[in-house]
Amino acid sequence: MKNPKKEFDWFDHKSSRKLLWWLLWITCGLTVVAELFIHRHPHFDIDGIFSFYAITGFIGCSLMILGAKGLGLILKRDENYYGEEEETSLPKDIDGDAQ
Amino acid sequence: METLSNIPPAFLLFVAACLTPFIKGVARNIFLILVPAAVFFYIAALPIGDGPSFSFLPGFGEIEPLRVDKLSKAFGYIFTLNAAAAMLFAFYVKKAFQHTWALVYIGSALGVIFSGDLITLYINWELMAISSTFVIMARNTEKAKGAAFRYVLVHIFGGLLLLAGIVMTISAGDGIAFDGFQFENANTASTLILLGFLVNAAAPGVSAWLSDAYPEASVTGGVILSAYTTKTAVYVLLRGFAGWEPLIWVGCAMTVFGIIYALLENDMRRILAYSIINQVGFMVCAAGIGTKMAISGAVAHAFCHIIYKSLLWMSAGAVLYRTGKSKCTELGGLYKTMPLTLIFGTIGALAISAVPFTSGFTSKTIIIAATEYSHLFWPWIVLELASAGVFLHAGIKFPYFVFFNVDRGLRPKEAPKTMLLAMAFLAFLCIYMGLRPNELYSILPFAVDYKAYTVPHLVTQMQLLMLSALVFFLFLPMLKRTATISLDTDWFYRKGGKAFYGLMDRSLNGINGFAHRTFIGGFTTKLGELAATGPTRALILILTPYWTMTGKNQEEQQTLKTTIQTQVDKGAFPIGITAWLSVLFLALIFLF
Repeated sequence: MKNPKKEFDWFDHKSSRKLLWWLLWITCGLTVVAELFIHRHPHFDIDGIFSFYAITGFIGCSLMILGAKGLGLILKRDENYYGEEEETSLPKDIDGDAQ
Repeated sequence: METLSNIPPAFLLFVAACLTPFIKGVARNIFLILVPAAVFFYIAALPIGDGPSFSFLPGFGEIEPLRVDKLSKAFGYIFTLNAAAAMLFAFYVKKAFQHTWALVYIGSALGVIFSGDLITLYINWELMAISSTFVIMARNTEKAKGAAFRYVLVHIFGGLLLLAGIVMTISAGDGIAFDGFQFENANTASTLILLGFLVNAAAPGVSAWLSDAYPEASVTGGVILSAYTTKTAVYVLLRGFAGWEPLIWVGCAMTVFGIIYALLENDMRRILAYSIINQVGFMVCAAGIGTKMAISGAVAHAFCHIIYKSLLWMSAGAVLYRTGKSKCTELGGLYKTMPLTLIFGTIGALAISAVPFTSGFTSKTIIIAATEYSHLFWPWIVLELASAGVFLHAGIKFPYFVFFNVDRGLRPKEAPKTMLLAMAFLAFLCIYMGLRPNELYSILPFAVDYKAYTVPHLVTQMQLLMLSALVFFLFLPMLKRTATISLDTDWFYRKGGKAFYGLMDRSLNGINGFAHRTFIGGFTTKLGELAATGPTRALILILTPYWTMTGKNQEEQQTLKTTIQTQVDKGAFPIGITAWLSVLFLALIFLF
């Protein structure tokens, strides 16, 4: 690098990532704890359950990822599956007719 | 002013499109920003009500190219606002081709929005398909051309469904006015029109054109394309098919479909393309619910969605522009050198995820509330799950894999200033509409009695989102990107098309080959040979018994045969013999 200034690479540090993990867990915990102090008006029966939205988010997203992973086994193909020429060399003008 | 306010906004953009190639240099880029901006104010000034109408053919009813009400105005605002931002983003583009077609595309989308009759609608609908095809082709790569070709074929199919429906409506004597079709009176005509609309809405089964073609468009083309076709379809569904119950389930299927495919996808712009399908699913579902709240919610969501989706396409476009790469497996660590693109992109990502204080939170949640108020349990739960899923695939996955993940040694420059300016403008709108939703609510077709900002709603929304984020990072090893594509319904016409071609090649060319061999190579040759050697053989056949009777031995007979063959080949029969043979031949004919 020509620039002598040190690059901003905070997110690459292990300690930063650890801190972010902690923050994530704490925020998740706080959102659930906060429900103790509010009064909700559920429209259906099921959403009256304590921390319903947290459970929905957790289970729903897990199922979606697992579902996608499972479908990926059937649906994923090599990039050149359709036999189209991959433009390997970077064109001078990435935007086609821009210039 | 009276006549001035009678001009359909589409017409203004068509005129501008015609002028675009003749304006040179930076003046053209400025012109391209000013035109949609001016049309935005023109639409704002349009009085509510029907514009001029004129009769088309006897018995057809009135052509009405300008119907202005709150619904059409709301879409008119966002279409022109987004166009101005996209043209600012595309300020660096020097050639006129793409932008000329983009103006036609945006103009025809406005044409659909403001059309009061099915014929104006159909003409603009087809113009939209054609012009957007040229926008895709403008990237000028083989892949883009291939995708554009498939894209236009699908849209021709959709357009034909629409045309068939319109023709049937007219022949049934229902007139050409474009108003709401009643679900109770559903017939083949209205169903065909609905199917035509659903092709453009990227409904399941006919959605592959979107994820196939948009990511192949240019950096700026993708931004322009992301807004119009699907949202025009949402508009016509809201106008024509509100309350059609099957749309609820079509919409729900779209939301889930978009998430699953976006999770599998490696190309960042294709992730955003699948994300469009997911978001439009919310709006299609709202059209199916059809209550005033749902319709207003869908309009609000379309409005906000166009802004944050454009913003996301812009940030992805800026990355593609600077790095030349678009695959998650080749990107990563860009936060170091493209921090502003990251920040603006993340604001778009937060908005699409409906994080509080962004526009998604104040718009998408109206649709979810509409399902609650209508006591639609299953659609409600699907939309809640889909909201969580949006945060997974667009809210976190897109920024994470592009800007963080692993450092791949890419050190691109920050995006150009005009790009940043356009992104800043849209990012501002995302937050502004999140903080001051009432201004957005004031342009909706029906007044909404909805308060997004209640403490319980904030808490539940944060629960849903934070736990989704947790799942993303817990499952991160499973989400590791692979250099693959996922099969979509375009498989049927991409592989099916090739298979059909192969089948036709083998069967028809097989028949052709067989016919060639049999008739040209076989029969005709034989006939030719017969014509050439037949008389000689016949002559020899007749003469052989005569020679035998006259006591010629084998050797002598052979010599005579050779002499006759030579004479026939050279046409060297003495005239006497030829005349004698002719007489013999005529006598034979005479006798038999």
